[in-house]
Amino acid sequence: MFLNVGPSHPAMHGIVQIIVELDGERVLGADVEIGYLHRGFEKESERGPYNNVIPYTDRLNYVSPLINNFGYCLAVERLLDIEATERCQYIRVIMSELSRITDHLTCIGASAMELGAFTVFLYMIKAREWLWELIESVTGARLTISYGRVGGVKADLPEGFAERTRKVLEEVRRVLLECDTLLTRNRIFVDRMQGTGIISKERAISYSITGPFLRATGVALDVRKANPYFVYDRLSFDVPTGGHGDNYDRYLVRMEEMEQGMRIIEQALTRIPSGPVNMDHEGNVLPADVMVDEAKMGRVAGFKQARVRLDPTLEGSTRGYHDAVNAPERRAVLPAKEDTYGNIEGLMSHFKLIMLGHGIRPPAGECYSAVEGANGELGFYVVSDGSDRPYRVRVRPPCFTIMAALPELLVGDMMADIVPTFGSVNMIGGELDR
Amino acid sequence: MGDESPNTGRWTGAIQVRFPQHVMATHRFRGQGTVLVKREGLLELARFLKDEPPMRFDFLMDLTCVDYLTFGASPSSAPALATPSPLPYSMKPKPVQETWDRFVSHDACRFEVVYHLYSSTHHHRLRVKVPLSSADPVVDSLTGLWAAANWFEREVWDMFGIRFAGHPNLKRILMYESFQGHPLRKDYPVRKRQPLIGPVN
Repeated sequence: MFLNVGPSHPAMHGIVQIIVELDGERVLGADVEIGYLHRGFEKESERGPYNNVIPYTDRLNYVSPLINNFGYCLAVERLLDIEATERCQYIRVIMSELSRITDHLTCIGASAMELGAFTVFLYMIKAREWLWELIESVTGARLTISYGRVGGVKADLPEGFAERTRKVLEEVRRVLLECDTLLTRNRIFVDRMQGTGIISKERAISYSITGPFLRATGVALDVRKANPYFVYDRLSFDVPTGGHGDNYDRYLVRMEEMEQGMRIIEQALTRIPSGPVNMDHEGNVLPADVMVDEAKMGRVAGFKQARVRLDPTLEGSTRGYHDAVNAPERRAVLPAKEDTYGNIEGLMSHFKLIMLGHGIRPPAGECYSAVEGANGELGFYVVSDGSDRPYRVRVRPPCFTIMAALPELLVGDMMADIVPTFGSVNMIGGELDR
Repeated sequence: MGDESPNTGRWTGAIQVRFPQHVMATHRFRGQGTVLVKREGLLELARFLKDEPPMRFDFLMDLTCVDYLTFGASPSSAPALATPSPLPYSMKPKPVQETWDRFVSHDACRFEVVYHLYSSTHHHRLRVKVPLSSADPVVDSLTGLWAAANWFEREVWDMFGIRFAGHPNLKRILMYESFQGHPLRKDYPVRKRQPLIGPVN
């Protein structure tokens, strides 16, 4: 018997069609159809300047958009051969790990819900909400954050971020402990997860599966360890691995990775170099809108010394924040707002980066750059022809290869096992179909 | 950052010595080594890279294609102004040690199929590129070596119209079957509309 699961199915978080061939309840074959969320990301990226791609990357993996942002920025930075400041790299690590935790919380929460553990879902979404509030306090948005910039980030961390994060992580730990108690030794959950959706180490490598999915088969491969980027090589964390490559191991790996992510965040928060100092101690403090109005009238006399008061999360960065988090490379990084509004060099610098036909111009060349996304290796392959817009942007979506292996995971299991197996794939339509 | 990134350029010379008849060129840009190979030699080279112990590229991390039809012809890709830019650059220009140039003319080798290989034992990466002409865009399929090639090649077929000889199931993957053309080709207009599919209601 053939059965259509999807494209729109309550147990499918994401639009995907699986045509399964059944013998009774046993799956004999499966055919996976994807592409329902194809939006032409790669085609669109070729149209605008380099910075215009950043909002599109938010929509790739929309459960951990920050990692996509930084992955793209890192690829362009490598193409330009510039490096972000140390503080910025720490910020990126912290934000990436926050994103990774939210991603794993969503994945496990949703899978658990589909297996009937609705309480776990609510607990985990509650924890995710706290983390998203943190992210919102930094980026100004919960999901469409567009926080990364080539050469830096949009804004520095707000005040009191470290304390608030520590408090939230404490709470998240408590939630994870609760969920661990509810799930890890729960007969129903274990029976559904253990021994289903098995893939061997060799097949997983052949399918180029990466991330928690590969690690559950026992291969300790993590881009953060293997080819460290940002400052991951300075932080200590473990790469958890499983042994069976089944759904249960993937669940355990993800649970442990959240703990390791929190470890990374806590270390990064203590080691992050100090940010802007003496912001309000010298010069005048002008509200940004006053500054803009004055600049329109040409009254820019005292602007060199003036400090502008902006919300760092919403308005972009002011000079003190800007220097701390952005690379000193004026060919790629927008100037601080005081300079844009306050002096001709800043205004021209801004103009040269924003106006069509100017913009960031990497030399002709290509660069592949990989970061560890929540689902595995997230690669950006950027080709430049020397113009201000990318000639080609290719995303290597981590869940694409896992979805390619899905038929192999399903065959031999029961019909009902599709749900936990598909849940542990953590398919994200945005990055799968682009 | 270039040299700290994975040591991808280490093997390009050795490969060129080993397969002089297949390798067209090698280059290294931003610390990433690239081997340009003729399509006749792809399977042999891929098998070598996968199995040879010092290489052991067990992951086909990515497979994609670039259409070089309009390379360098974008209206905004004019070279930098002859006069120095008015911006007070704080950076000194870096000494250039690496080069990257298009090896072949545009029309004869319009497409380049790009393979990114990764070795989980040695943690190194390598990029292999196969130039193809627009008249005959066919290359051997690597599905026999890596299972991951199956979907990747389907996507490249879908988006670029590159055919992969020996692929077991070469059909569209992201677009629907009745879609006309290959959207990521540079001559496919961004705004082009396609007829609606499905039953007329």
